Amino acid sequence: MSQEKKITMAHGSGGRATNDLIREIFAQAFTNPVLDAMEDAAVVPGNEKIAFTTDSFVVEPLEFPGGDIGRLSVCGTVNDLLMRGAVPKYLTCGFVLQEGLDIGLLERIVKSLAATAREAGVEVVAGDTKVVEGNGGLIINTAGVGFVPENVCISASNCRVGDAILVSGNLGDHHAAILSRRMGISNTIESDCAPLGEMVGALLQAGIRLHCLRDITRGGLGTVLKELAEASQVTMALDETRLPIDVQVRDFCGLMGLDPMYMGNEGKLVAFVAPEDAVRACELISSCAYGNNATIIGAVTDEKSGEAYVNTSIGGKRVLDVLFGEGLPRIC
Amino acid sequence: MTDHQITKIKTWLAAYDGPDISIMEVCGSHTAAISKYGISGLLSDKLHLISGPGCPVCVTPTGYIDRLIALSLEKDTTVVTFGDLIRVPGQRKSLAEAKGEGASVEMVYAPTDIVRLAKEHPQSRFVFAAVGFETTAPVYAMLLEQLVAEQVSNVQLLTALKTMPPVISWLCEHGSGIDGFLAPGHVAAVTGADLFVPLAEKYRVPFGVAGFGAEELLLAVYGVFYAVVQYRDRGVVPSVKNYYPSVVCAQGNQRAKELVEKYFEPCDALWRGIGVIEGSGRRLRAEYACFDAGSDQLMEDHKKNPACCCDRVLLGRVLPGECPLFESVCTPMNPQGACMVSEEGSCHQYLMYHRER
Repeated sequence: MSQEKKITMAHGSGGRATNDLIREIFAQAFTNPVLDAMEDAAVVPGNEKIAFTTDSFVVEPLEFPGGDIGRLSVCGTVNDLLMRGAVPKYLTCGFVLQEGLDIGLLERIVKSLAATAREAGVEVVAGDTKVVEGNGGLIINTAGVGFVPENVCISASNCRVGDAILVSGNLGDHHAAILSRRMGISNTIESDCAPLGEMVGALLQAGIRLHCLRDITRGGLGTVLKELAEASQVTMALDETRLPIDVQVRDFCGLMGLDPMYMGNEGKLVAFVAPEDAVRACELISSCAYGNNATIIGAVTDEKSGEAYVNTSIGGKRVLDVLFGEGLPRIC
Repeated sequence: MTDHQITKIKTWLAAYDGPDISIMEVCGSHTAAISKYGISGLLSDKLHLISGPGCPVCVTPTGYIDRLIALSLEKDTTVVTFGDLIRVPGQRKSLAEAKGEGASVEMVYAPTDIVRLAKEHPQSRFVFAAVGFETTAPVYAMLLEQLVAEQVSNVQLLTALKTMPPVISWLCEHGSGIDGFLAPGHVAAVTGADLFVPLAEKYRVPFGVAGFGAEELLLAVYGVFYAVVQYRDRGVVPSVKNYYPSVVCAQGNQRAKELVEKYFEPCDALWRGIGVIEGSGRRLRAEYACFDAGSDQLMEDHKKNPACCCDRVLLGRVLPGECPLFESVCTPMNPQGACMVSEEGSCHQYLMYHRER
């Protein structure tokens, strides 16, 4: 399909235009035996314990430095499966296309989604498209299924006193990249949008005693740690000087009155591991493609159930809560 | 600073055991930074940091918000605002709530965005919610400069601009019990540190112009507390000290000051929960009245909830946690007063960081 073509309501009619769209864009990009059969439902081999999740993706702009909504739609769902120790296997994709969407742009996004799915080792086995009135936007929903190995028990309520707390890299990159782009601010901040299968696989394969994993998305590390402290009824004690934050992101946040502790990533995780395994775990994450700047940032203690705090660089104590509201830039 | 100096400062702040001393950080960004670095936890029980009236959205009266809402409902009119003002409650609702009911409200990150909007929609009127202190006034002056130069006639400002010295004067004259001030670093970057000299001399209180990094802020906090002690015990005359020399100079940014002077003149201003303070605002000069969206008539200020203590919080008379609505009725998701809205509002800060002091 040519670059100038736009989505119209006819593409959602279920007739010829819909079929053309599916055949020329989606089926080509996602081709595999299960999907190619074009059955009403995918029938796939299974496992004793499955992990199952879904997420919807809305982002403006649709393409941004470091990724696009297609890549994001795979990473978000695949990473959620990985955080339970599952091996991601299958995805479904629902596309809600707004009238006026550029078909060339859609094609790029679909190809990016397919490439990211291949990278993450998942197959898109079912899909759907709908067209709604609007002004050229796009919403994607993905659902994912993964298989959980028998001996794996990774859970939000499983952080243990003494565990080391690791993050897989710099905080806030995705959020800062999106905001910079929206605000027309020139910098080289890129979204960290990435599937985390390699590092989770490396940790599990090496027999690291892994108690809890969580991807750091909306709400940032601060929100994640407060939620996990409550779920596991423990205290999260962090060392501010160890928090990895890119200098550009730090300055951008300073300028806008935003806090990297509450800025989302799309390709970072926080891991809770037995203290004896912490250094090895950090090395393993660092050796992976998306594990630059993996750092041990603190430890789980039993000081006060449900509390998360940071020991600041000047020796103060900063209590963390979940993010309230949407983190709006301040006036001055 | 060396580790040794930091340790010395922290030891002094923790060990102080004289009469109680209260210093006010006037600026909302300082309140936020103090929370982030955990500075209040480093102080002896006798030393108190009090959050002041320096968060722009916290001091914007309800009449102003209500007027913005009314404008946003007028035909072919869009209200354009920076981020956190959108959630501040007027007498009955906020701009965000009005938007949900169909009002035309746009959030922008830079005033120049409004010029783009205005050119794209020449048949519509765009009203910019111009609130803020000395820090933000030059930005509005630059916008006006652009509007004049490019002959854009469908943009107006609804102004509620405020200036720092009159409100600090007001605090000193109304028995607030403030012994010293952390002066706002961003304001001083524009005005110069010398802005605070007449206040220090008149009221015999020390001012420390403070930055926003952990160490420079800690140093300024120590400097102001120490100056209070020096005045009390040894009669050392309080003065203005600049602890933010990397950004602030004595005279400030001349170009910014001239630009503000060109477009704005001093006026009396209504502070939310406080009342009218003489000469504490800025309004458009008469020759630029065509850019004004009716800012002069906004003298209404009503509490959304009669039990709200924002007025006394702004003046440092009660701590946020002492308000009966704090955390129970009033939360960031359902703010009853302006101090719970902005991330730099005192109540929001105390709730978010579980601060007790």
